[in-house]
Amino acid sequence: MFKATVIIKRRPSILDPQGKAVEEGAKLLGFDNIDGTRIGKYVEFNIDAEDYDSAEKEVKEYAEKLLSNPIMEDFEFHLEEAK
Amino acid sequence: MKIKYGIVVFPGSNCDHDAYYVAKKIINEDSVFLWHKENDLQGSDVIILPGGFSYGDYLRTGAIAKFSPIMDSVIKFATNGGIVLGICNGFQILLETGLLPGVMLKNESLKFICKDVYLKVENKNTIFTNKISEDILKIPIAHGEGNYFADDKTLEELQENNQIVFQYSSPEGETTDKFNPNGSKLNIAGIVNKNGNVLGMMPHPERSSDSVLHKTDGIGIFRSITETIKSKLIEV
Repeated sequence: MFKATVIIKRRPSILDPQGKAVEEGAKLLGFDNIDGTRIGKYVEFNIDAEDYDSAEKEVKEYAEKLLSNPIMEDFEFHLEEAK
Repeated sequence: MKIKYGIVVFPGSNCDHDAYYVAKKIINEDSVFLWHKENDLQGSDVIILPGGFSYGDYLRTGAIAKFSPIMDSVIKFATNGGIVLGICNGFQILLETGLLPGVMLKNESLKFICKDVYLKVENKNTIFTNKISEDILKIPIAHGEGNYFADDKTLEELQENNQIVFQYSSPEGETTDKFNPNGSKLNIAGIVNKNGNVLGMMPHPERSSDSVLHKTDGIGIFRSITETIKSKLIEV
């Protein structure tokens, strides 16, 4: 059993109005030194696979086909054996 | 002879009955609901993916609906030249399936917008618009994620192939930023695929097709589809 965490980020070229709005909040709080806020998604799940390589292949496929949309998002993931 | 409109119902669809009503009662054609878990299109001549919030808009709008069993049949139908109209959430689903290019981002204002807007009919030479006489339509939008985005190359292609069908505009047809409600690239409100048999649009024609509501600018789209199919059936 493996534990996977996937982080989905908006591509740098894509506007993130949510990040922009949150940053407005930061300014209201007095954080004038905060810049470039971008909001993404964090997904974690367990995956039952024979070995690391096959788990990795499936996580990639899952992230490519469903968790992210390549037109506007990039993803990165971390995979480790579940304890 | 009547043609058959197939209205797909996903969990969370909420404009399915409006579309059914327009097809059945306003333009007097046959209409049938198609539950998303089935894969039989029941001999429909045209498929409508209706508005709503399929699967609660979780993950991304339309992202989960694209894997509903019925979508395999809809994709095959569309690939073989079948007529498919995606309205609002239906448009978002068409983008996720890749039947139409691009994605929807959150509205630039971050607000859900529900109001009548003016649309310039940019291309009247499509299955969906060939019976529309007006140059500008007034049709309501109701969405939080209707900010159409595609890369520059895709936008160029859309323009070159006349795939942009509706653009947000002024009542006179001016398509400037001022009349862009959600931040969409090129004021895009509706596009067709290259073959012209799949239309996605954010505004809701099914909400402006009954004279009881004192707005009927949406009816031309249903009339165009119906007449096109009927003329083809006669040719055969």
